Amino acid sequence: MLIELFITFFLIGLVSFGGGYAMIPLIQEQIVNQHGWMDQQHFIDTIAIASMAPGPIATNIAVLIGYNEKGLLGAVIATMGTVLPSVIIILILGKIFYKIQDHSLVKSSFYGLRAIITGLIIYTAYMFADTNGMFASMSWYTWSQILIFAGSLAAFIVFHKHPVSVIILSALVGIAVYS
Amino acid sequence: MNLEHWSKLWHLFIMFLKIGPVTFGGGYAMIPVIEQEVVEKRKWLESKDVADVFAVAGSVPGAIAINSATFIGYRIAGVAGAIAATIGILLPTFCIVLAFSIFFLGMKDNPKVEAAFISIRATIVALIVYAAYKTGKTAIIDKASLLLVLTTVALMYFTHNQIHPILLILGGAIAGIVIIGIRTRLGRKTILHEKEQVYDYMI
Repeated sequence: MLIELFITFFLIGLVSFGGGYAMIPLIQEQIVNQHGWMDQQHFIDTIAIASMAPGPIATNIAVLIGYNEKGLLGAVIATMGTVLPSVIIILILGKIFYKIQDHSLVKSSFYGLRAIITGLIIYTAYMFADTNGMFASMSWYTWSQILIFAGSLAAFIVFHKHPVSVIILSALVGIAVYS
Repeated sequence: MNLEHWSKLWHLFIMFLKIGPVTFGGGYAMIPVIEQEVVEKRKWLESKDVADVFAVAGSVPGAIAINSATFIGYRIAGVAGAIAATIGILLPTFCIVLAFSIFFLGMKDNPKVEAAFISIRATIVALIVYAAYKTGKTAIIDKASLLLVLTTVALMYFTHNQIHPILLILGGAIAGIVIIGIRTRLGRKTILHEKEQVYDYMI
């Protein structure tokens, strides 16, 4: 189980180009679809908690899932798995990376990579919205979810608010509306 | 390893330990702090080297903040330096997230917390859409890249998520090389980004 946890997060770390939220489709695929370690709703909650803490989102998610599965040792193993691929790559390529970074092949592969990652993120957003019941038949609940979604999106894109403040505000709205 | 080397490793570890919580503001929030410590105070690196590190950190898989720490540690004190810096930057956030984890596991069944999370889930969808918007702004630069984005979404949708993202990502890298290769043969140029783009929250 610990080895499985390590290999899973090692794979995630290996291909997580772009950092940040670009890694979420990969983590989702490994954790929810392949291993079934948590359901989708629990995974969305995990992202929420990871976004509220300082530090990179991917390692934060690794700590949360590792702890959830196997306690403190699980958290350590999952974090190591996420970080190790980049450490190894930097140690091997450290000296030559400055040169190959500007190579046209590297640049053209990033041209394709970025587009695919954007597509994966869009699909993940759709899947999460579906899990939340935002595409269900129109009810009071669906409308409230769409309103909170639209308000949060405006806070990010128009008002450039930090995720932490938007999540805290959203939590207060949730307590007022849903309890 | 002599005493001087050990002391260097210790200082690297402590420096990144202090920087760790700063990464709240994004990987690039670290730049001024690192500049001050590494360049001005200790004179381990030149300002130009630090800029180089941040330029490369976005091209290696993984979080920019951690990659930069590993890179800088490596440049200052070799492999041991890379490990000391990486552990240093990870440790504070690791402890904070662990505390969050324990706290939220205990609060899970509280009805107020449950209500809060119903709303937060909609906000997370917005956060992911925002991430797509930000990545999309640097990814979609012409018709071919737009087509790649739409194809990815369509493939995931119609196969019900059956294709592994790793295959798609590898396919994307190959598609990029093929598309730009064909264009160059036809004598057309694609304007590629000089450097990896900066995502302020996307660390």
